[in-house]
Amino acid sequence: MPQVSMTVNGKAASVAVEARTLLVEYLRDHMRLTGTHVGCDTTQCGACAVHIDGKAVKSCTILAVQCEGAKVTTIEGLAQGEKLHPMQEAFKEHHGLQCGFCTPGMVMAGIDIRRRHPNASEETVRNELEGNICRCTGYHNIVKAIMHAKM
Amino acid sequence: MSETGIGASVRRKEDVRFLTGAGQYVDDITRPGQTFACFLRSPHAHATIKSIKTAKAEKMPGVAAIFTGKDIAAADLGGLICGWMVTDKAGQPMKTPGHPLLALDTVRYVGDHVAVVIADTQEQAMAAAEAIDVTYDAKPALVNPADAMKKSAPQVHSDVPQNLIYDWELGDRAAVDAAFKKAHHVTSIDLINNRLIPNAMEPRAALGEYDRGSDSFTLYTTSQNPHVHRLVMSAFIKIAPETKLRVIAPDVGGGFGSKIFIYAEECVTLWASKKVGRPVKWTAGRGEAFLSDAHGRDHVTHAELALDKDGRFLAFKVDTIANFGAYLSTFSSAVPSYLYGTLLAGQYSTPAIHVSVKGVVTHTAPVDAYRGAGRPEATYVIERIVEEAAREMKIDPAELRRRNFIAPDKFPYQTPVALEYDSGNYAGALDKALKMADYAGFAKRKAAAAKQGKLRGIGFAAYIEACGIAPSKVVGSLGAGVGLYESAEVRFNATGGVTIFTGSHSHGQGHETTFAQLAVERLGVPIDSVEVIHGDTGRIPFGMGTYGSRSLAVGGSAIVKAMDKIVAKGRKIVAHIMEASEGDIEYDGGTYRIKGTDRQMTMAEVAFAAYVPHKIPTDEIEPGLDESAFYDPKNFTFPFGTHICEVEIDPATGVTAIVKFTAVDDFGEIINPMIVAGQVHGGIAQGIGQALLEAALYDPKTGQLVTGSFMDYTMPRADDLPNYDTAHTVTPCPHNPLGVKGCGEAGAIAAPAAVMNAVTDALGRHIDMPATPMRVWQAINKSTPARAA
Repeated sequence: MPQVSMTVNGKAASVAVEARTLLVEYLRDHMRLTGTHVGCDTTQCGACAVHIDGKAVKSCTILAVQCEGAKVTTIEGLAQGEKLHPMQEAFKEHHGLQCGFCTPGMVMAGIDIRRRHPNASEETVRNELEGNICRCTGYHNIVKAIMHAKM
Repeated sequence: MSETGIGASVRRKEDVRFLTGAGQYVDDITRPGQTFACFLRSPHAHATIKSIKTAKAEKMPGVAAIFTGKDIAAADLGGLICGWMVTDKAGQPMKTPGHPLLALDTVRYVGDHVAVVIADTQEQAMAAAEAIDVTYDAKPALVNPADAMKKSAPQVHSDVPQNLIYDWELGDRAAVDAAFKKAHHVTSIDLINNRLIPNAMEPRAALGEYDRGSDSFTLYTTSQNPHVHRLVMSAFIKIAPETKLRVIAPDVGGGFGSKIFIYAEECVTLWASKKVGRPVKWTAGRGEAFLSDAHGRDHVTHAELALDKDGRFLAFKVDTIANFGAYLSTFSSAVPSYLYGTLLAGQYSTPAIHVSVKGVVTHTAPVDAYRGAGRPEATYVIERIVEEAAREMKIDPAELRRRNFIAPDKFPYQTPVALEYDSGNYAGALDKALKMADYAGFAKRKAAAAKQGKLRGIGFAAYIEACGIAPSKVVGSLGAGVGLYESAEVRFNATGGVTIFTGSHSHGQGHETTFAQLAVERLGVPIDSVEVIHGDTGRIPFGMGTYGSRSLAVGGSAIVKAMDKIVAKGRKIVAHIMEASEGDIEYDGGTYRIKGTDRQMTMAEVAFAAYVPHKIPTDEIEPGLDESAFYDPKNFTFPFGTHICEVEIDPATGVTAIVKFTAVDDFGEIINPMIVAGQVHGGIAQGIGQALLEAALYDPKTGQLVTGSFMDYTMPRADDLPNYDTAHTVTPCPHNPLGVKGCGEAGAIAAPAAVMNAVTDALGRHIDMPATPMRVWQAINKSTPARAA
């Protein structure tokens, strides 16, 4: 089994895993970082989105071995101690979450959207969110949160 | 109003855990030595099982055990049940075909459970499941509920002739027929209420664990009502007595009804944990969720409305065929009967109503309650036919509705279909919605759109729902196998904090915040010192769970009742300590005062005195400050409102854009407006999804689910949806202590009719849901031959 090493939330990680192991399995099953969720099996829902070298990527659709040497950030790695990341803060302030299951992926996607579009319009945010599905909120408050996060 | 009490948009207490990845959903839990289950599912919609050969699979790496229907039968486990016995119009009980945990000799839908493999890893369980050799004898399948009663239709169950579970009716048919004879105008409509797949973002999961020392089971499962799970698994599946079974529904990622029901997978997983002597975890893939979660809706309806020359409704008759799928799921039988037929009066004073519902089985996944459950179907029938009647009689649709509303001074109002509405002011909500939607300016906007080559339409839905289910005696008389009260325990701790134990379950609704606000208001404690505990039969006295927009109206009422007991006991304690008469003690928001003096005691001081009872006579007053209550509602609650949708259709592509969606709802008193608005948004999104995007489709020949993934089943996404303009009128519920009604389903109930009334207004003709670009384009092009040529 290949030994796969990467930096996860600022800490060095190295685990021997089957070559077929997906990044999301590496994170959930081997690192016990269960904040990253699996909501589908067709790369559609985005609940599993994490940052790989700063870009939002669906961790169900990339092998762990492909992330050798990468810097991976998960939802657990965003807050500085008690202080929430501005995107997390915005989701709370604007009620951008209900059941919480899609939320980690939404937050990770939201940060990446604002990185690429610092002054994103509502239309941009809605288009960019096409790869993240939420069944609870009707997106209204998620869109608001992403637009208004004090990045 | 305090900043965190009733009426404040308090930011949610639960959010930090969800936002930092610290939530604990079932699949996040790992127990020592756990194994993994994989269910082998039927690839056929209808087949007999000739043989199941497991020998090869059993020898595969990591396999701990393989069980089939024979093993379940040998263990004397019961089958899944339907908990609501509906009586048909001849007075006969409905048919109740058996529903084994694992198929015995017949499979009845694609995804039916045939066997389970338990192995060391998920991958090993899957590999071994693929190695099981099942020989099927495939048979013709029945998919369309409208075909179910035909002579040529395949039989789903040998003990259900004509595939008919019940032929149910409600209302006075003779009165309806007499009224139709006198009608000035009759509007008829044929409607299909499209089948939906709930698709909570967290797939169902279960983790069963058996403890040999205590001979007891623990089940972590994705449930909206863990006590109901325990009850059914104990009394009917017979896995263990209630005393030996703890069911925990930790963080649950959405339910929308689909996690009310007791499913085979969680029962088998739990039972197998004792057989293999290790914890067993099962987590559905999304594909499994599509195949095996209970679906929603799936009605075929013909309706007729009789009107007099002024447009007053004289009578309404409705004939519906409802699809139950292959087996009767936990509460399925009540959905197209008592949650549908009883709602057909809507907001109107129609004097005579009759509804007939034929509930049928087909070779499709079971169908049960999905957000709204019966009430969206009823609202769709009423509001589509009222809109059509307005168009046919050339009466403004808002005016036609207003003419027929039950007037505010007529409450309580007995409808012709069993319910007694407690309160309402329907014109108030309509007027507010008309103003917000700028109805007066619609004609101009339509003309402007026409100049751009676009088709504009506007549509209404003036809905009513029956929530806060339900008075136990009433539902008992209608065949429910359970009471629909709720329980609560409120514990004022010795050091001041308050713990609320509730039988309601939060899977997105924000109970940890809303219920804490009740404690702030009633007990005067800071919101950070309130902890709301739910979802664990080991910690909560009892509970019927969360569905039917009942948590605040029923569960919240139970909490208030328990708090009232705390306050009453506190008064006794204060009377003793202050040597005052109870009648002289005033209580307000956490402080007791002796009338006309400056002497007072806070609830925290009272709690300390109760737990360190040096100054109270413990023979008269028990130590401690911990009270339980069960609340059984006196009636349903009746939220209502008007939603208005405005659409613009591009005739070149058939794409419908929602340009404005206005929702005015009356939920009675509101505890947290931010959370309520969020519930409305989500409901509307699901309603728009039903109207424009979503449909569960089975291949009519093979019975294969064609829409079995997010690639094929169109979930509403951010770029499909508008922002929503929401507002309220407030008509308090007169019969519960908080004056609240429930808000979880309104959006899903109202939106489909509002959207389709707008789409059909734009098109000038009826089409069925979902109004996909293809359907809309075809509708436009059939009606405009020049374009089609």
